[in-house]
Amino acid sequence: MIIDGKCPTGPLAERWDKYRREMKLVNPANKRKYKIIVVGTGLAGASAAASLGEMGYQVDSFCYQDSPRRAHSIAAQGGINAAKNYQNDGDSVYRLFYDTIKGGDFRSRESNVYRLAQISNSIIDQCVAQGVPFARDYAGYLDNRSFGGAQVSRTFYARGQTGQQLLLGAYSALSRQIKAGTVRLHTRSEMLDLVVVDGEAKGITVRDLVTGEISSYAADAVCLCTGGYVNVYYLSTNAQGCSVTATFRAYKKGAYFANPCYTQIHPTCIPVTGEHQSKLTLMSESLRNDGRVWVPLRKGDRRPPNEIVEGERDYYLERKYPSFGNLAPRDISSRAAKEVCDERRGVGPTGFGVYLDFKDAIDRLGEDTVRQRYGNLFEMYERITDENGYKQPMRIYPALHYAMGGLWVDYNLESNLKGLFVLGEANFSDHGANRLGASALMQGLADGYFVIPYTIGNYLAQIKPGAVTSDHVAFAESRENVNVVTKKLLGINGRKTPKEFHRQLGKIMWENVGMARSEASLKRALELIPVLRDEFWQNVRVVGNGSELNQELERAGRVADFLEFAELLTRDALHRNESCGGHFRVEHQMSDGEARRDDDNYSYVAAWGYQGAETVPELHKEPLVFENVHLGIRSYK
Amino acid sequence: MNLNLFVWRQKGPNEPGKLEEIKAIDVSPDMSFLEMLDEVNERLVHQGKDPIAFDHDCREGICGTCSQVINGVPHGPQEKTTTCQLHMRKFKDGDSIYIEPWRAKAFPLVKDLIVDRSALDRIIQAGGYTSAHTGGAPDGNAILIPKPCADRAMDAAECIGCGACVAACPNGSAMLFTAAKVSQLAYLPQGKPEAARRACVMTDAMVQEGFGNCSNHYECEAACPKGIKVSFIAKLNREVLKARCESI
Repeated sequence: MIIDGKCPTGPLAERWDKYRREMKLVNPANKRKYKIIVVGTGLAGASAAASLGEMGYQVDSFCYQDSPRRAHSIAAQGGINAAKNYQNDGDSVYRLFYDTIKGGDFRSRESNVYRLAQISNSIIDQCVAQGVPFARDYAGYLDNRSFGGAQVSRTFYARGQTGQQLLLGAYSALSRQIKAGTVRLHTRSEMLDLVVVDGEAKGITVRDLVTGEISSYAADAVCLCTGGYVNVYYLSTNAQGCSVTATFRAYKKGAYFANPCYTQIHPTCIPVTGEHQSKLTLMSESLRNDGRVWVPLRKGDRRPPNEIVEGERDYYLERKYPSFGNLAPRDISSRAAKEVCDERRGVGPTGFGVYLDFKDAIDRLGEDTVRQRYGNLFEMYERITDENGYKQPMRIYPALHYAMGGLWVDYNLESNLKGLFVLGEANFSDHGANRLGASALMQGLADGYFVIPYTIGNYLAQIKPGAVTSDHVAFAESRENVNVVTKKLLGINGRKTPKEFHRQLGKIMWENVGMARSEASLKRALELIPVLRDEFWQNVRVVGNGSELNQELERAGRVADFLEFAELLTRDALHRNESCGGHFRVEHQMSDGEARRDDDNYSYVAAWGYQGAETVPELHKEPLVFENVHLGIRSYK
Repeated sequence: MNLNLFVWRQKGPNEPGKLEEIKAIDVSPDMSFLEMLDEVNERLVHQGKDPIAFDHDCREGICGTCSQVINGVPHGPQEKTTTCQLHMRKFKDGDSIYIEPWRAKAFPLVKDLIVDRSALDRIIQAGGYTSAHTGGAPDGNAILIPKPCADRAMDAAECIGCGACVAACPNGSAMLFTAAKVSQLAYLPQGKPEAARRACVMTDAMVQEGFGNCSNHYECEAACPKGIKVSFIAKLNREVLKARCESI
């Protein structure tokens, strides 16, 4: 089926303004009659809940963490993009739009991306007003740095903790609304089901992670801001609690899941050391402003880096992509690292690593300047590896980082299920097949501060407030379904822990659906995943009971969803018979190893509809129309 | 290496708790402290026992969720390092390690090593913000901020709200946390209009939540994984004094 993204038409630069002009509004006195549920308190969730509460709606905000300010947006290091052109280096809204759409390998909507670029400037202003301590120069002006995929300096930052500072800003705005009584906060609460009444999202069912109590909440609209799903690979840069559960359960209730195969592998993470590894730690992309990436020229060269002289090194990013060099986009840098390691030129104990060398930067700028720019990252690197990045090159390797795919939404950020809105990383909309650095923070805050306040009003203005309450039978059914699954998980009493299954699933995904995917590897994954899933439901061991704080049960529920979702992701990757952005099919590459898109056949959004546990999901297509940009080969050479 | 762990086990806030001896075997020096506990938990589950409940999330030292007192020190022996970033190479084969929860009147215990730190959120809710409405903010460069002010604000803003300062303080005081938040906004022009009110309501909220007062032990600064300085407490005191004098 062909689906409609409801994108406005007309001149690109006027679309959002025109669209806003025509939206229906809710009278200020009527706003307090409407209830809105916001799940997740990262940048998208906190900014949405705060803004909607401030407008006068009754908001219920949920997070699984013990405090809203612990959501994983907090871990974003490098920065946030905006088209301010403070550096006078030729930036503009159009250029940010173009870089983002090209960075996404021409697999996103022109209208959405242009709106994102337009809004970007207001985000910076908003955050400054909140007291976000962005870096400043000596004259007191905001400072900028460069990030991958751009030739201008448009990234605003707060040391290496930009995500933390932006989240604390949004959290403080949220806290103000909690105090004002417009937002009710529910911490340590995990959404386990979406309640749908007559095809419209009308509430959620949650588990209180302390008492185990299952309860339901009704609302006039539901916003999911629950982040990405790359923990399906077990090892990723995501937090331990990040899961696909909220979005996947919405998918099982009828919301389409779009482009799940678009996953981002970040080039600069600390390499894996062993089986015990529970997560991978990212080193900000901003390091590539001053660090140079290299490996030995000769295969199997195991000498320490300082014994390998200049002529025996291969600065492969600078060699292959002279105009972007070490700041080539993430997907391209990651694949290049994999290639050199596959050629047995990788470094470190496992051979799966490349050097990120600061020697030239230290010689040029002095160690103090380098420390000022990246001190906390060097400290973090040393804590984890016991190596000093100032004295010897860091070792890095790509790791799963971000999900460009997510629940399908239209231009209003509304799912095909009416009343369900999806924001931030949880939706699919703005990054196409690859996200550029410093764009995730921009999108999360754009959605929460400046898009949803308008579009949700347009929806609410057309419905009667409080039409459905939690007495409706759909809520009791939802709680019953959740209880059945919990009981089942606790009753299997098998021999393997949820973590063992998760680790096994991660291996299948990394080896077969990772940086280089082939028809054969994807088909192999499609055989292996259901076998593992069956074993899970026969042989998982979940200790404890359902009416207490039970972290094993929490993990088991999330792993169960990953085991189903992994198949959807793989199926999407198999169907997409082209290479684009983070989705690299080895069958589809240029003679020089670059990704080969197939615009004639795959220039669409793939939105999958659930058809039942044993049935192949239905593929819906939203054609991507490009009226303003030319679909070029994405070259960074 | 092999270790003897003595871990605080307590089923719930109203149950008795005790230190339980648990062996950690085949621990790799490259493991993080939490990965060591993961392995211990996996073995407990295989034995059909209740695993150790502990808070953790980002595992990269920024979310402030992890919260363990290791050998009497919040976040353990390594300076400026959260529990999740502490690695086992800091320990030796045969070591005994005592692992306990944050202990403070304002942090009621939930289970094992997990405590309820929502009191810190209520301090922020009392006034830890600028009342900037969404939309309508002036251009980010409209008000210049001298670099030293921005830098000092950022030094304070690094606080991850983990509560180690409270756990380390003999008075169970949240002065370092509150001071960091008050100072960040007090240094910035955007925070100035509400600075006096903010300093008063946040310290009032702190007292109401049952946190003690500061008597200059400096244990908070020593335990802080982000190295937040006690000089911010001096700044907080000045802000409060100024505000109270102005209101007379």
